[in-house]
Amino acid sequence: MGEIPTAPFVSGNRTRRRLGELVVHILLVSSSLVAVGVTVGIVFSLAFEAFQFFKMVPWQDFLFGTEWSPQTAIREDQVGAEGSFGVLPLVVGTLLISAIAMAIATPLGLASAIYLAEYATPRSRNIIKPVLEILAGIPTVVYGFFAALMIAPFIRMTGSSIGLEVASESALAAGIAMGIMIVPLISSLSDDVINSVPQSLRDASYGLGATQAETIRNVILPAALPGISGSLLLATSTAIGETMIVVMAAGMAANLSLNPLAAVTTVTVQIVSLLTGDQEFDSAKTLSAFALGILLFCVTLVLNIIAQKIVKHFREQYD
Amino acid sequence: MTNIFTEISPALRRRHAAETRFMWFGRIAIFIAIGFLVVMIGSIAWIGSGALKQTQVELSVFIDPQEISADAIADADYSKLVKSALRSRFPEVKKRRDKKNLYGLVSYDAAYTLRDKVVADPDLIGQTVNIWFVASDDLDMLIKGNLTITGDEKMRRFDDKQLGWVESLKQEDAIETRFNRAFFTSGDSREPELAGILGAFVGTALTLLVCFCLSFPVGILAAIYLEEFARKNRWNDLIEVNINNLAAVPSIVFGLLGLAVFLNAFGLPRSSPLVGGLVLALMTLPTMIIAARAALRAVPPSIREAALGIGATRIQTVFHHVAPLALPGMLTGAIVGMARALGETAPLLMIGMVAFIVDIPNSILQPATALPVQIFLWADSPERAFLEKTSAAIIVLILFLILMNLVAILLRNKFSQRF
Repeated sequence: MGEIPTAPFVSGNRTRRRLGELVVHILLVSSSLVAVGVTVGIVFSLAFEAFQFFKMVPWQDFLFGTEWSPQTAIREDQVGAEGSFGVLPLVVGTLLISAIAMAIATPLGLASAIYLAEYATPRSRNIIKPVLEILAGIPTVVYGFFAALMIAPFIRMTGSSIGLEVASESALAAGIAMGIMIVPLISSLSDDVINSVPQSLRDASYGLGATQAETIRNVILPAALPGISGSLLLATSTAIGETMIVVMAAGMAANLSLNPLAAVTTVTVQIVSLLTGDQEFDSAKTLSAFALGILLFCVTLVLNIIAQKIVKHFREQYD
Repeated sequence: MTNIFTEISPALRRRHAAETRFMWFGRIAIFIAIGFLVVMIGSIAWIGSGALKQTQVELSVFIDPQEISADAIADADYSKLVKSALRSRFPEVKKRRDKKNLYGLVSYDAAYTLRDKVVADPDLIGQTVNIWFVASDDLDMLIKGNLTITGDEKMRRFDDKQLGWVESLKQEDAIETRFNRAFFTSGDSREPELAGILGAFVGTALTLLVCFCLSFPVGILAAIYLEEFARKNRWNDLIEVNINNLAAVPSIVFGLLGLAVFLNAFGLPRSSPLVGGLVLALMTLPTMIIAARAALRAVPPSIREAALGIGATRIQTVFHHVAPLALPGMLTGAIVGMARALGETAPLLMIGMVAFIVDIPNSILQPATALPVQIFLWADSPERAFLEKTSAAIIVLILFLILMNLVAILLRNKFSQRF
């Protein structure tokens, strides 16, 4: 720089300004690091407690055991004093309820997304979309209450009238409530995806004489498939991690069963039941909740990462 | 030569029918989803509307001067006075079992109602006064028509004799249903007729306050850094992926984090709004960051270029020009995030906000519960009367959600600028 005359007070001002800016900059960086800190905190706290648990219970027994009955011994020589920590019944229960939820939410969510994106007039779209989104905004504790109060008795009644034996806390009741809850998740994500399929593909298809339905089925859905499967994966991960609906509407007993009319329990239900009430932090019973937590965290994380990769890849394809 | 149209027209009809069917799938799907919403909210509102009314019973109580010593008015046995009032109203009741049933018509709170009246006005001692008492939950349910009163007498909560008393009280207009103020002004209670949501409501307000004060500033600063300052490199990509994934972590995992870190490692008070707010803040942080970034991105580059062009530093550019323009959008995102936090239950269960708490909390360090947790607790209670309390609490919760979302929409409409 050449000769730029600056008065001393300006340069003094400038150093003060620089110092202040440095402080602000550090503040900004550290704020963004909080989010990383949270992830690290989750991983370490879960891993630490889970590690304590695996010192008491071998991990093979945890991952491949087929019986779940966590208990702390009252007497040393009690029968079953160890408790058994086989996670398979919980995993199967979680997958069963999530599968029911997805079986309900996928057709409903996709059909409404297609209708909203391709058929609805802008006016009805502006009304229907927010109303559907209310479903996503309602707290899950409300769905749980409704499932336990209305859906479960209804299924039980219908079942017994046709001679089926239905548990009062059937997997089906929790699955239905959960399915309705994730409809807006699938529909809004798929709606975005369908909208981002280029218009030229539609025009080409119409030009060849296809009807709108044929265009959607044969052109748009195949083109949007990666994005849609991403949204389905995200919805599955939400269903697996959902807690309140299953706590209120699904069972507590760990049955290894694939019958949707039986009572099954899930990973999240067990975490809640293990950690509410009195806890001692040296018992395998309490610590097993953290092992379940880390399992849940890993599974949902993997699903999310895959889903985001797919959606991102899809976006880039048409950008 | 056959007409080409007659040849293809059956196929065309089939294809058009398929077209209509396809469109109807969509309509039916939307109808099912919205129908479920309407049935769910409608039935809960229908059940919950009962909780707005409360049954009260009028009794004439003789405030016996022999039972109350003048220097310790508050310590007298007022439940005895209420019981003798009931006995004198129904002198024919003699058997012990029947007497117990008779006393069960009014809430155990009746003695306190009477005590408060006498303490406030000691002149009443020695007089016979007519006082309205809160009815017990069973009587309340009976009056509201929620109990079955047909069938085997032994299986019912009210036998014919009790129904006779109720009938006689009704004929004297000594039973009324009035607006249930207690529901909005008192804390939780084991007795359904006395339980209210104020405690849970204050707990929720304190929790959300803590949550907002932590996650809003941190979220905005993080968004500003990522959007305005961060260079595109590996490290910042990692932060970004991390935030997106954090937004999809199940909420219960945040509860486990809170339990392990805030309660066990830091020793913060269990069940307190402080810990609840901290956990919810961590949970809403990704939402806040994502919303704030979208708001910042909507500010056109020309604003930044103009500020930089007249010699502002980058920090000045952001804090004097870009951030203020993005603030309404950030606030909208924040309110949406807070609305999600308002309905969140699972992480609060993990940190012990599920305890039975009667007192209304007045600091963020006291044990408290939150509105959704209160709903969960009441939904678990076996008493029939808690059903309508649960539903009413749900309606209150949903009203607040709607209110918050309306504020967000208004804010967006009022301040939205097209550049």
